[in-house]
Amino acid sequence: MYNLLLGGAAGQGIDTTVAILEKLLKHSGYYIYTTRDFMSRVRGGHNFSMIRFGTEKINSHSDRIDGIIALNDETIHLHKDKLTEKGFILCDSSLEYSDDRIIKLDMDKKAKELGNLRASGSIAIGAILKLFGEPFTYVEEVMPRVIKKDFLEVNLKAIQIGYDSVEPVFEHLEGPFKDYMLISGSKAVGLGAVAGGLKFYSAYPMSPSTAVMEYLAYIGNVSGVLVEQAEDEIAAINMALGASYAGARAMTGTSGGGFCLKVEALGFSGIAEIPLVVIDVQRPGPATGLPTRTEQSDLKFVISAAQGEFPRMVIALRNHEDSFYQTIRALNLAEKYQIPIILLSDQYLGDTTACVKPYNLEDITLTEPAKEAEGEYLRYRITENGISPRLIPGLTEHLVTADSDEHDERGWITESAEVRNNMMDKRMRKLEGLTLELQEPEFIGEEDCKVLLLGWGSTYGPISEAVSRLNKSGKGSYGALVYGDIYPLPKQNLEKYSKGRTLINVEQNATGQLASLIREQTGISCDRSILKYDGRQISGEEIESQVLEGGLD
Amino acid sequence: MGKFTTYETAWCPGCGNFAILNSLKTALEELDKDPKEVLMVAGIGQAAKTPQYISANSFCGLHGRALPAAVAAKIANEKLTVIVDSGDGDSYGEGGNHFIHNIRRNVNITHFVHDNQIYGLTKGQASPTSKEGHVTEVQTDGSMNTPLNPVLMAIAAGAGFVARGFSGDAKQLVTLMKEAISYPGYAFVDILQPCISFNKINTFAYYKSKVAPLGEEYDPSNKAAAIMTAMEGEERIPTGIIYREDKLDFHRKHNLLKDGKTLIEQERNTKVIEALINRFV
Ligand SMILES: Cc1ncc(C[n+]2csc(CCOP(=O)(O)OP(=O)(O)O)c2C)c(N)n1
Ligand code: SF4
Repeated sequence: MYNLLLGGAAGQGIDTTVAILEKLLKHSGYYIYTTRDFMSRVRGGHNFSMIRFGTEKINSHSDRIDGIIALNDETIHLHKDKLTEKGFILCDSSLEYSDDRIIKLDMDKKAKELGNLRASGSIAIGAILKLFGEPFTYVEEVMPRVIKKDFLEVNLKAIQIGYDSVEPVFEHLEGPFKDYMLISGSKAVGLGAVAGGLKFYSAYPMSPSTAVMEYLAYIGNVSGVLVEQAEDEIAAINMALGASYAGARAMTGTSGGGFCLKVEALGFSGIAEIPLVVIDVQRPGPATGLPTRTEQSDLKFVISAAQGEFPRMVIALRNHEDSFYQTIRALNLAEKYQIPIILLSDQYLGDTTACVKPYNLEDITLTEPAKEAEGEYLRYRITENGISPRLIPGLTEHLVTADSDEHDERGWITESAEVRNNMMDKRMRKLEGLTLELQEPEFIGEEDCKVLLLGWGSTYGPISEAVSRLNKSGKGSYGALVYGDIYPLPKQNLEKYSKGRTLINVEQNATGQLASLIREQTGISCDRSILKYDGRQISGEEIESQVLEGGLD
Repeated sequence: MGKFTTYETAWCPGCGNFAILNSLKTALEELDKDPKEVLMVAGIGQAAKTPQYISANSFCGLHGRALPAAVAAKIANEKLTVIVDSGDGDSYGEGGNHFIHNIRRNVNITHFVHDNQIYGLTKGQASPTSKEGHVTEVQTDGSMNTPLNPVLMAIAAGAGFVARGFSGDAKQLVTLMKEAISYPGYAFVDILQPCISFNKINTFAYYKSKVAPLGEEYDPSNKAAAIMTAMEGEERIPTGIIYREDKLDFHRKHNLLKDGKTLIEQERNTKVIEALINRFV
């Protein structure tokens, strides 16, 4: 497994270079896992991406770097300490820095000679392919697919120049991942939404959730999903509710601060029983926090957001597979139970690109609202399972109501104590059915482990990497439960695996929100916490060393 | 009995809301609308209860948030006749941002605002259109804020149909409502309405003495004249269609909707999704 870091200032073309390089490496058979670390500015600052690639599945980034591609001095200074012995630093000849591992190329000069300064990134790409012993042949296959016609020739030439300027250092490894997808978490959500029958998506731009909106807008004309940029987050969620009521599957997305604004309407979805999916791509808070960085600190907020009580579901997305399939499932469950469902992603998962097996549409069925009702139509009919007959206005003989006030079975305002009780009970009964739909947290590691790590959402990758490293290290036996469905909290696996084990919760927040939810709901307490909230994602290696430092066992 | 029945209301006897509701019923009936195709959307307030009192589809949402829900419902299914019927606090206070931006969006919906220049449901605080100096239990020294002129604002923001009506002039109001509902784009009617319980300044008699219907000779397509007309209000309050302009509405401009197929009729296409998946391979 190798790990490359590309760093420079915003505006230097890191993203484009990374996007091309990861596609080339995937085409050569590698499994790719690319993380993005950037500052909240349009030009300047220090941005970098890490492309980790290898011949087996990769779940997280690594702190060990085999090669640095430095577009400026700062990149070298900031990251050289993580460079391995055999590692290299590739940079332009103009950079004044000396180290035995440095490889200087005349990238800028040669790119200028080619007539396009932007081609210097391609010179670097060529050099890297050679350094890793990659054959040149597939460059010609891949490049036409990833670069516009007008720029193709110059970039092919640039890659050739880079390729011819260095000698191999590493060995090409044969991997089977050529036909896998390479997709970011946020695009996977967008694609899942389309596969899940989405028709309407409204949002107000906010990092890092904007990527979902951008992707849906990008494919809007072919996918038939209408994306509307709302005037604010309140409008966005109310639009989604209006569209959903009128029969268009709807979703809205935002990040923490935007979710705050959506809160009243979330409860409206609950009382009016209008299906809705809201994705919160978390970033560190409170308020504006760290706009481009990562955290998992909205869990306790979203499970209790909005006044009053109503059934809801929260699903934390763990990886690029979940991002697709769970979005579809959320849209279906929202429809079936007529409740709001919140998907929790975060900057790390949203912006990371990874390989996944091409998504399979075969087993996907969509839950549809009823076409007609028999007899007297009561939109909010009291039923045993709590689900009332939802019809679509204009597509039925009946009139359809929706009301944010407490209402009777017809959907008319009421203040009757009896009706209130019946309506509350009816709505809350949905939880019984919902509980049967819950997916248990995935268990990873050794069945008879002594130490059990607990996590949720995007720490799935780092935790599973940590567990496998820990088990290989021979220092004890380890397992982990990583939650996807997190509210209502599934309890069976926790009860099964927690007995007699040391429990450590691993979370990207300062207070241990999962641990506290578990304690509240089951009485089970964790013995230790590994918490990180500096805006950077914890790595498998970091978890491993913190587990060992803790000296449990 | 017409197609649009009314139900028992919770309004104060003598309130201007009744006349507005009746005019709305008449307008819908005269336009021969089918209740099943009509969607009434409101926020929260006394006026916002209107959808509860008429037999049509109803969406009673959140305070100030009727417009976003209404436009999205129309975007989802163009075949619905979507009417927002709500108060001045709802539409210009809590919902002010949506008011401005949905003028820009120009979705083909109709927006009736019951403008009683007061917050009724919350018992008499100043609204964005309350007169300067209006004393209430909150504005104890009289409102110090300049009242909004919603008609002027709507024209300035680019609305294609802007009208003012008066609950006491049912004949004109029905005409205005019919024109507004038939207008292909966002149509806005500010309807002056006395609140007999909390607004002792803008009473029925007050409006009666000031309201002046625009005559035949008035040309609503002249924007400069419309702006001047909208600025009147001290001596007389002009009512009627103040500004009217033909504009392409949201649906006619949107790639997915302009051929007339509604959003909810668009099929999910597995082939397309497979192709999208393949782009990532
Ligand atoms: C978010 C929110 N804020 C405040 C309220 C309380 N509230 C209900 S109606 C209303 C004002 C109603 O005034 P207007 O829209 O002018 O309608 P009217 O009752 O005068 O017809 C207010 C402030 C609410 N329901 N929701
Ligand atoms: S409070 Fe005013 S607006 Fe409300 S019903 Fe009574 S009179 Fe009408």
